[in-house]
Amino acid sequence: MRQYLADAGALARKDLLLEWRARDTLPAMLLFVISVLVVFHFALPQNASERASLGLLWVAILFTALLGLGRAFVAEREQGVLDGLVLAPSDRSTIWVGKVISTLAFLVASELVALPAFALFFTSIDASTIAGVALADVGICAVGTVVAAMAAAGRARELLLPLLFLPLAIPIVVGGVGASLSASSGKYLGFLALYDAIFVLVAWAAFEYVVTE
Amino acid sequence: MIKGRGVARRFGDKRALEPVDFELHRGGFLVVTGPNGSGKTTLLRLCAGLLIPTSGELEVNATRGQLGYLAHDPLVYRELTAIENLDLYGRLYRVSERRERIGMLLERFGLWEARSERTGAYSRGMLQRLALCRTLLHDPELLILDEPANALDAAGEELLERELDDLRRERTLLVASHAPERLDRFATGRLALA
Repeated sequence: MRQYLADAGALARKDLLLEWRARDTLPAMLLFVISVLVVFHFALPQNASERASLGLLWVAILFTALLGLGRAFVAEREQGVLDGLVLAPSDRSTIWVGKVISTLAFLVASELVALPAFALFFTSIDASTIAGVALADVGICAVGTVVAAMAAAGRARELLLPLLFLPLAIPIVVGGVGASLSASSGKYLGFLALYDAIFVLVAWAAFEYVVTE
Repeated sequence: MIKGRGVARRFGDKRALEPVDFELHRGGFLVVTGPNGSGKTTLLRLCAGLLIPTSGELEVNATRGQLGYLAHDPLVYRELTAIENLDLYGRLYRVSERRERIGMLLERFGLWEARSERTGAYSRGMLQRLALCRTLLHDPELLILDEPANALDAAGEELLERELDDLRRERTLLVASHAPERLDRFATGRLALA
């Protein structure tokens, strides 16, 4: 277990170092999420309901995550490194764990800017929304990383990723919006936690088959 | 160590490797030759476990940790330095005395001076040398080398020949090459793909 975590940690550190040097994912995510919020700010009428604006927050989060996921395996694909990682004797799911950690870090960093910006442009954010976002992030990154690996192996990868990911993310939006708006937000947070538990397990187990034949 | 019976591979309608029979014993040095598109790389990827045959039987008696695979691509990150790349692989391959081993390989392959440069700034020949370092890092028992002399200059080729001469005494090698005559003095067998 210790070795497993050390391998996953080394892979995640590598991704964070690559981003620190290349700076081609996080700045794009930040710019995108702020742009979307600004566009929505002007697109929505002044008297738009809280319900509509919180729905838009979840759309912005989902599409920002999609942007990050689209770049998750770019270095491996362009430089052919995935073969090298797959051949290493470490457990192949550590590649997934490493990618989930780094993608989660980028998504959380984007949200640290996006959530205050949302509060500034639209309406205040309560604790249940923040808890919903935190739980949704785990599910988005767990499922999205497997789908991104599948898309990276295909030819029409830019098309494949949203087509595969968005239907799988519908429950996250349902749970997230419910947690933000419903009086019984605990029920929706439980739903998100259940989604995370199931899909983290499925994604973790499936990853080896995605990166090998 | 490797035994193939009627091993073939298709990609959709395209046959990438015609059925082939071959055997590589422990300590052997098998050179795979053939024109472009004959399936040399496909055969090597099959033996490395990166592909599964569509027909035939292939038995490779080596674990992933005992296998060193040199591909067409160097399999390194261009935004990382040579040391950072080798350190990552060293961790994943659980190389003991990793730093010393990395230093020794970089010295041996003439990359010590460039060890802290990002590999994106490397020439193709330097990347090939680094790829050889990566392949040998964990001291594998079975080496699968796809065109190892690719992009190497005369000095690099000489260095590679010395390495192969050393390796063939203790290791098992499967090598694909366009210029097999340079490897004939090491080879214990040759597999010609059509």
